[in-house]
Amino acid sequence: MIKHLLDITDLDRDGIERILETAANLQPDGGAIRKYPALRNRTVVNLFYESSTRTRTSFELAAKRLSADVVNFAVSGSAVEKGESLKDTAQTIMAMGVDAIVIRHKASGAPHRLAQWVDAHVINAGDGMHQHPTQALLDLFTIRQHFPSFEGLRVAIVGDVTHSRVARSDVQALATMGAEVTLVGPPTLIPPQAEHWGVTVTTDLDAVLPKADVVYLLRMQLERQKAGYVPSLREYSRLWGLDSARASMLSDEALVMHPGPMNRGVEISAEVAELPRSLIVDQVTNGIKVRMALLYLMLGSPDGSAEGAKANG
Amino acid sequence: MRPGRERERLEAARVGLRIGAGFSFFHLPSPLRVAAVGEASPLSGKPKAAPMDAGDLSRALARIAHEILERNKGAEHLVLVGLLSRGEIIAQRLAERIADIEGVKVPTGSLDIGLYRDDIGLRAPAELKTDHIPPIDDKIVVLVDDVLYTGRSVRAALDALMDVGRPKAVQLAVLVDRGHRELPIRADYVGKNIPTAHGEEIVVRVAEADGEDAVLVAEREES
Repeated sequence: MIKHLLDITDLDRDGIERILETAANLQPDGGAIRKYPALRNRTVVNLFYESSTRTRTSFELAAKRLSADVVNFAVSGSAVEKGESLKDTAQTIMAMGVDAIVIRHKASGAPHRLAQWVDAHVINAGDGMHQHPTQALLDLFTIRQHFPSFEGLRVAIVGDVTHSRVARSDVQALATMGAEVTLVGPPTLIPPQAEHWGVTVTTDLDAVLPKADVVYLLRMQLERQKAGYVPSLREYSRLWGLDSARASMLSDEALVMHPGPMNRGVEISAEVAELPRSLIVDQVTNGIKVRMALLYLMLGSPDGSAEGAKANG
Repeated sequence: MRPGRERERLEAARVGLRIGAGFSFFHLPSPLRVAAVGEASPLSGKPKAAPMDAGDLSRALARIAHEILERNKGAEHLVLVGLLSRGEIIAQRLAERIADIEGVKVPTGSLDIGLYRDDIGLRAPAELKTDHIPPIDDKIVVLVDDVLYTGRSVRAALDALMDVGRPKAVQLAVLVDRGHRELPIRADYVGKNIPTAHGEEIVVRVAEADGEDAVLVAEREES
């Protein structure tokens, strides 16, 4: 298994398959939640420089269900507020003896820097506008529960792609697995280089919906309106929000996904969020399984083993 | 007990002592470590002996089914839990035998010990399999595996069982006991004692998974 997960492209198709497979076998659906002794005597630090409830809690539960010790390193109220650098914080944490650091940081690339400084495994839990690889894994896992193969699967990712680390990781993960991705949104929120990602780009959501197998809605951050990317959230919602009328254009099997937290009434209407085809709650449940699988495969491997996935570049 | 079995047991102990001198479990090449905790492994070397054929296997399972019923005075409160993958198949077969003899369908389950192993981090992570453990509180659980070797799988399985409930008793049934225990564990029901050297491997083949019923001894190929 790979030493670090910094970028979803650290994993090739086999590596992704292995994680999804392991996650699927971890906890049977409907069965009682079990706690396993697999990672006893290992310590995982959650180092979150940005606020996050679901990702941090998800990592914490995943590690605890494998019996690892978990330390939540709260940035507010810590030495970081006194001006400690990331490097010094990393060295402090390493001096305490930890096996893995789960990091979220507002700066793109912070996990890469961290990985150069520490011996521990580093898992990127979201860095700036760059990557959120475990989100991509749990999204793949959730899709896999409904579609056996990604090959040729049509996935529409809708909204603010430019500022979305989820979109970047998901596009790459879906491409690795052979899905066909279409990015939909206002031209101001689709990065110009998206043309080179091997995706189709369009502004017309209504044309995409009838053919889509999965509609993945991105969170429309309220600050974007202030920054002038969209004239108004109301207009955004009218053109790119998924409401009941639009949802009725979807095929019967099509899925609706969202990384959360949702802005109900902006990118997704309250009614659509409650539809059986909306898998937002499943995504949260699956996040724990996928992170358990990742922690088990990473921390359960002998040091220096690199089978099953590409080595980190 | 048949006189031959006692002799086999002594033979196994003697071989184990000789080969086991200065022997460190964790420094073995990885294929051996895989099998050392009793995982069913594909045949890597050439089979040099076939101590059990389909008929032997069937008779051994029939005898074990009778022994389980005799010892527990019937099939009441019994649950058979097989270690994945071949232990589960053998557990199913034992349940069928018990149904034939006693007319009672004993609940069966499966157990994956991947997350309970004592060598996590020392070898490539084991592939996990979905297991299903039926309710075991106040039941007599018969753990079923194909080969009993170091005893480490059984240790892991006992921990897994205790995590999901509190059985009244746990017993152990194995098709083959090949000796070389590293933990204080013994089987209550044994299909056949087959003395082996560490460099050998026991391969249990069952029709459901491998297309035939047989127990083979092979020389382990050095990798």
